[in-house]
Amino acid sequence: MGLRSFFDRVEPHFVKGGKWERYFPVYEMVESFLYTPKTVTTVAPHARSYIDMKRIMTYVVIATIPCILMALYNTGYQTNRAIAEFGASGWRTAVIETLGIGFDATNPLANMLHGLLYFLPIYITTLVAGGIAEVIFATVRKHEVNEGFLVTSMLYALIVPATTPLWQVALGILFGVVIGKEVFGGTGKNFLNPALTGRAFLYFAYPAQMSGDSVWVPVDGYTGATALAVSASDGFQELAARGMTWWDSFLGFIPGSMGETSTLACAIGLVFLLATRIANYRMVVGCMAGMMAFSLLLNWIGSSSNPMFAMPWYWHLVTGGFAFGLVFMVTEPVSGAHTNMGRYVYGALIGVMVVLIRVLNPAFPEGMMLAILFGNVFAPLIDYFVVQANIKRRSKRNG
Amino acid sequence: MAHKRREMLIDPLVDNNPITLQVLGICSALAVTSSLQVAFVMALAVTLVTAFSSMFISMIRSQIPGSIRIIVQMVIIASLVIVVDQLLKAFAFEISKTLSVFVGLIITNCIVMGRAEAFAMKNPPFESFIDGIGNGLGYGLILMLVGVVRELFGSGSLFGFTILETVNNGGWYVPNGLLLLPPSAFFIIGLLIWAFRSWKPEQVEEREYKIQTVETH
Repeated sequence: MGLRSFFDRVEPHFVKGGKWERYFPVYEMVESFLYTPKTVTTVAPHARSYIDMKRIMTYVVIATIPCILMALYNTGYQTNRAIAEFGASGWRTAVIETLGIGFDATNPLANMLHGLLYFLPIYITTLVAGGIAEVIFATVRKHEVNEGFLVTSMLYALIVPATTPLWQVALGILFGVVIGKEVFGGTGKNFLNPALTGRAFLYFAYPAQMSGDSVWVPVDGYTGATALAVSASDGFQELAARGMTWWDSFLGFIPGSMGETSTLACAIGLVFLLATRIANYRMVVGCMAGMMAFSLLLNWIGSSSNPMFAMPWYWHLVTGGFAFGLVFMVTEPVSGAHTNMGRYVYGALIGVMVVLIRVLNPAFPEGMMLAILFGNVFAPLIDYFVVQANIKRRSKRNG
Repeated sequence: MAHKRREMLIDPLVDNNPITLQVLGICSALAVTSSLQVAFVMALAVTLVTAFSSMFISMIRSQIPGSIRIIVQMVIIASLVIVVDQLLKAFAFEISKTLSVFVGLIITNCIVMGRAEAFAMKNPPFESFIDGIGNGLGYGLILMLVGVVRELFGSGSLFGFTILETVNNGGWYVPNGLLLLPPSAFFIIGLLIWAFRSWKPEQVEEREYKIQTVETH
């Protein structure tokens, strides 16, 4: 109990009247990160459960582990493959050569290490930049820094391309945390997903570094379009000709933002989240149904000029950020709908919007990010109608 | 009286700013602030229209029948806007092309109508004129602040002169594309309102809801 007694010794300095009173949120952050939070709701009508916010957030981070591993492996794999063709350069090359591991794309260890050298700087930048903003707000507004930011930062790091300059990473997460969350009052009061808000900011602010063909694999001179970009220009049948099979796409060996390529890894995360009941299955069901129904409808309508119309739903599922967004962002409890009926509608709205944006809007090959943000904005309205319908139904029944 | 007139001129700049406190005229503030030059011309046009329309309306305020006063105000404002539009087309054609419909839309700018209805209908011409100038300047101030942020960080220049050399021209600055899109002005105006209200807490509105306090046991 050395650590506990250390906390007990320094705590008086941070509580009201102590000399570092103003930095209480910082103390509270470190302490509640290591131990369970001390403050619990004491007023009457609350059932107490072991699932507190800290555990919810930690579970979500655990659920992203398959995606993180896949992010490391696939980033390294894509990079090493491209290096075989174009040659290597930069500080990462020096590190890898010093360690003597090499750039063999068939060696999992080499792939993981190379991926780590791309993922880690981005993740650390995210934690530092976003963390500073969180602590400043917590200190000024006198609320606590909580584990929600761990989730935000992890999701954010997984949905940026490996080539993103670090200053852009920092700017994006600052925007996400401040505009997406803190200005509305902090964790639990944000109506937009902060990680996606940051990503959307980067997408519109720096389109050259966030979209196109050359950003997904961090090797100079290499261009590799994402599966969706290929489908948008030549149709999904063309994917096979470029060596991207459905299974590649499902397992995640395709170019894309770091953590979102593998549908399988997301599915493992989803099973974990559903089993622990952190994620609500209604949103997932709604979103899948909306996506499938609308893509089947578009398949049926057909189009001679737009090859995306013919893309079947199982390709929509495995390409782009659909799976990742479905598992980790659609199911986010704060920014989604809060009524059970509303959750189906909310999910379906996002599912339909994804296909709509991907197929019918030539400016955006990927639609998951915009569809979820769109759904976030509509969630309160959906809830409102569900509640009103309920009130009407009951008043009719009771006369 | 002179003291009061000075106040009328200065008050709308910060304490009673038409954009940040009354939240009027937002539409044009979003549309014309991507470059400072355009924002400046727009601010000038709105200031002149507000000032002169207030003055003319105030001159005939006792002759206007109450039931048709809005129509009469609109006629005066619209005539002035047409004059401004024609002047811009004659002397600054390029800028008038960039401003496009937004000069015409000054007619529907809430600030102009608001001052006519709230001030000019009750006050003498000279005071109304000063009040119009003051509100135009308040509008212009916010337009310029938003314009500085958007042009400087969006295209690396101010009034068209390069300050931050962009990457495309061989410099180091990567321009922020979001700032060139109109929605970015929403964020900037929002942040400005935040800054103004932190500086002057008396501008903060009361909450519409009340948080109930529960007795703790």
